This record gives sequence, C-alpha cells and structure tokens, in this order.
Amino acid sequence: MKKSKVFWGYAVLALVIYAVVQLLITTEVIDMYYKNMLITMCINIMLAVSLHIVIGVTGQFSIGHAGFLAVGAYVSAIITTKLMLPFPLAILLGAVAAAIAGLIVGIPTLRLKGDYLAIATLGFAEIIRIIFLNTDYVGGAAGMQVKYLSNWTYAFFGVVLTILVISNFTNSRHGRACISIREDEIAADAMGINTTYYKVVAFAIGSFFAGLAGAIFAHNFYIIQPTTFGFLKSFDILIYVVLGGLGSLSGSVIAAIFLTFVSTYLANFPETRMIIYSLVLIIVMLYRPTGLMGTKEITDLFKFGKKGGTK
Amino acid sequence: MEWIQQLVNGISLGSIYALIALGYTMVYGIIKLINFAHGDVFMIGSFIGFYAIAKWELGFFPALLLAMVICAIFGVLIERIAYKRLRNATRIAALITAIGVSLLIEYTTIFFRGAQPAAYPEVFKNKSFDIFGVQISSTSILILSVAVVLMILLQFIVHKTKIGKAMRAVSHDADAARLMGINVDNTISATFAIGSALAGAAGVIFGVYYTKIDPLMGVIPGVKAFIAAVLGGIGIIPGAMVGGMLLGVVESLVSALGFSLWRDAAAFVILILILIFRPSGIFGKNAREKV
Repeated sequence: MKKSKVFWGYAVLALVIYAVVQLLITTEVIDMYYKNMLITMCINIMLAVSLHIVIGVTGQFSIGHAGFLAVGAYVSAIITTKLMLPFPLAILLGAVAAAIAGLIVGIPTLRLKGDYLAIATLGFAEIIRIIFLNTDYVGGAAGMQVKYLSNWTYAFFGVVLTILVISNFTNSRHGRACISIREDEIAADAMGINTTYYKVVAFAIGSFFAGLAGAIFAHNFYIIQPTTFGFLKSFDILIYVVLGGLGSLSGSVIAAIFLTFVSTYLANFPETRMIIYSLVLIIVMLYRPTGLMGTKEITDLFKFGKKGGTK
Repeated sequence: MEWIQQLVNGISLGSIYALIALGYTMVYGIIKLINFAHGDVFMIGSFIGFYAIAKWELGFFPALLLAMVICAIFGVLIERIAYKRLRNATRIAALITAIGVSLLIEYTTIFFRGAQPAAYPEVFKNKSFDIFGVQISSTSILILSVAVVLMILLQFIVHKTKIGKAMRAVSHDADAARLMGINVDNTISATFAIGSALAGAAGVIFGVYYTKIDPLMGVIPGVKAFIAAVLGGIGIIPGAMVGGMLLGVVESLVSALGFSLWRDAAAFVILILILIFRPSGIFGKNAREKV
C-alpha cells in the first residue's frame, strides 16, 4: 500500500517534468541547443544507470559499455534506414540486440574477476567496434547516415523505463542476490546463490538499456561513426557511475546530469574537459573511493522519523 | 620468403611489446595493479627521445639513456603521488585511478603541445641486409638488439642483485618481506622505476622504427603489451618477453594474410581466448583461491 503510493508519487512527478519540458519545447522557450542538451542528458542518464546495475549493484567491473551502446546504435540505425521500419520497433530491437551481445560477452567473461574482467570487457568492446569499422554494409570508417528521429518524448520515457526497471530489479530478490555478489562473492556462493546466473542477468539488463540508449543516441545525430564508440566513451560512462557513487542509482543520475552540463559548456575545449575529468576521477578515488553518494540514495534523505521502523 | 620477412617484422614489433609488457608484469606482480598509465610512460619516453635527438642533437644512445632516466623518475612520481595511497584500497578504486592517471598524462600532453603527430628524425642510415633472400633492415636489427640487451640486463637485476631479490620477495609476500626487514615502499618504487625505464626505451625505439609519434600513441601499444603480459602469464618476467614476441608475430601474420584492418581485433581475440581457457597464461601456474 505504502510502496504503491510512493510509486504513484514518482510517476506523477515524472509526468509533470515531462509535460513542463515538452511545453517549453513546443513554445520554443527551450531552443534547439538546450533541447539537444536535454536529450543528450537523458541518453547519459540511461547509460549511467545501465552501467550502475553492472558495477554498482553487482560489483562487476566492466569498462566496455560503449560496445553495447554501439550495438544498439547500429542495429537500430540499420532497421530505420535500411529496412525502413518504424522507430519504436528499432529502439526495441536495438536494445534486444545489445542484450544478446551482452549475453554473448557476459557468459564467457563473467567467470573472470576484477582486473581481468575489466580488460576482457574492454577487449570485447574494441572487437565490436572493429567489426563495425570493417563492415561495409554500415559504412565502415566513414560512418552511417541516420535519420533524425529522436525527440524529448522518446528520450524521457527511455529514462523513466530504465530507472523503473533497474530500481525495481535492485529492490527485488534478484537485486539482493546481485548486491550479495558485490559484497562477497564467495559468501554469496556459499549461501546458495547462483552467482554466475545473476552476474549474467545483471550484465544482460545493463546491456539492454545501453542498447536502448544507443538507439536514441544514433537517431539524435545525422551520422554514427565507429570512432564515437571507443574507449573514451566507455570511460565517460564509467565516470558517471564512479563519481555518483558505486552502488547509488540516484548518485549516478545526478553525476550524469551534472557532467552533461560540464561537458556541454566545455565542448569547445575537449582537452581541458578530459584533464578535468581525469583529475576528478583521481581525486575522488584517492579521497572518497566510494564516490560522492556512496551506496546511499537521494530518497534516503527524505525518510525522516522512520528510525527502526519497517522499510 | 615473404613469410620470413613478416616473421622478422613481427619480432621487431614484438620486442617493443615485450619491453612495455615487462613493466606491466613487474608492477602487477608486485602490487597487483594494472598500471594503465604505463602506455603513457611509453609515449613520454618516445617524446623525450624525439626532443633529445631533434632539438638537442644528441645521438641515439644518449637519447635512449636520457629517456630511460626521465621515465624512471616519472614512473616513481606516478607511483608516489597516485598509487601509494591506494595500497589498501579496493581493486576497482586502484584500477579507476590508473585509468585516470593515464588520461591525465595523455591530455596534459595534448594540452601543452597539441595532438598533431611529430616525425622522428632519422638517426641511422637505413641499410638493408640481404640474408638468403630476406630483407632485414638495420633498424629492426637495432631494435631487437637493444631489446635483448635490456632484457638480459633486467634478468641480471632481478636475479643477481639485492634489489632484485627484494623485488622477488615483495611480490611473493609483501608482509613477510616487511618482517624480514625489506623496505617495501622503496622496493615498489624501484619496480616502477625499472618498468618505466624499459617503457621509455621502448618508446624511443618505437619512434625510430615507425618514425611517427603522437600523444595518444601509447594507448594501443599499452593495451597490447598488457595482452602480451597476460598471454605470457602476468607477474612472470620471461612470460612477458615470450608473450610480446608471440603477439607481435601473430599481428604481422594477420597483416600478411591481408587482414590488416583486423589486426587489433586479433590481439583482443587472443586476450579473450587466453582469459577464458588459460587465465594464468602460458607460463603461469594455477593458483587456488583461498577463502
């Protein structure tokens, strides 16, 4: 009863935000530049949250998230431009294709731990990128022309869907199993949790939403190129999760919003931006290795007077 | 004959990978950290060599030495400033810091000198020797001999000197080594210094061989050298040498077969295969995990 009330509260809030921004866009209070920034922000939030489930919740360190973004982007672009099918179908299929790629990558690599897993995911992401680079059907190195189809509605509801699914997953029995893997994999194994299964599931869900973000990302520009999906893109996504707090969904959302602003304003100074990013990363790791929010959520701050009560 | 030609090219390339891989493997062996910034130390070494030869008109060997010394200092600085506090941190925190340091070095270099490539000056008249119909250039002989000399030197340091003994002890068990009176911090710094000096040397010979360098040149060789280290068995010094050579040869053969665009993918495929089927590498022993 209580839970559903909270849920409807957030649903109404989301709709209000959506309606207000949509109104501002239609009345052209928000111009193209800021509208684009808002869509980019939504894409970044989706990416941050989808990586959060892999790194933050399950504790599996993946630095190849841009690979799944690329799969979603290219598959959806093929569906809309080559097969001439509608955009919502392209989003769905792009996400499904990324989830399948996630399964293919995850099943062999998730047996690895820590550093090895990181390097293996990096390797897979590079392989995915090189495959697109060498496929003439999708334009090779020159890139692929894509129609401009993304708009605020798709981007916003993508974010809502991503956050909804991932926060529900985290609070479910499966999510708790994933958290136990993050805390201590051997102990989780000993408690009878099928650790491989949950790691692969979390990885596939993360890839699914990265693919969803990829579909919207591809149709937000007129062209997609393999170079866009290199290691630096994975690093961009990683920094949202790390800065926000490893294990905090709202933290990664806040970091994604904040860093989108920063990178939009520093767009003309890419080197400065990268220097700032890397310095932030080092300083956060040296002085606050759990990230800004730790594993806390922003909603925890509003729960006053509930000490010792049931959750 | 073309195959042998490719083999020679592969060994030249492989010896560069091997030199970088040695630094990775030593650092990993001693503090279990993938030092992502190692590829960038390689880049810095290459640029120091470039300035030494082109601007200050030093010869090849003084430039090589200078690059090695400056890279050694640089490596120790990185370790002291960024990694030292992270000794007891989680592996993820250490890895993220290493990625951060790597990007910081790359983009600071770009910030100060721009991203445009530089052409390495010619230091040797490039003669080609004809041995049984195989063209072998003098530069590839030079690369190979420098690499082999450095590797022999490294083997000597690790196995015959006191600091080498300390390094082996710390990599075996840091706490026990500390109890035996070994200064663990200094030993780790020495490891970084030696590894970075090797990367600096690799940077200079890379510049001489490929004649084009740029601030992001360290990324791909860095990752490939890491693959070489994993291939040979990470933490094992002869493993890094063999892994590097093997990787160089495989890449050259893939190019020779006409798939030069797939060359990078080949390295990653090797990495993933080795991680899945033999994660301890060619020379590695299987270590049981204890709770």
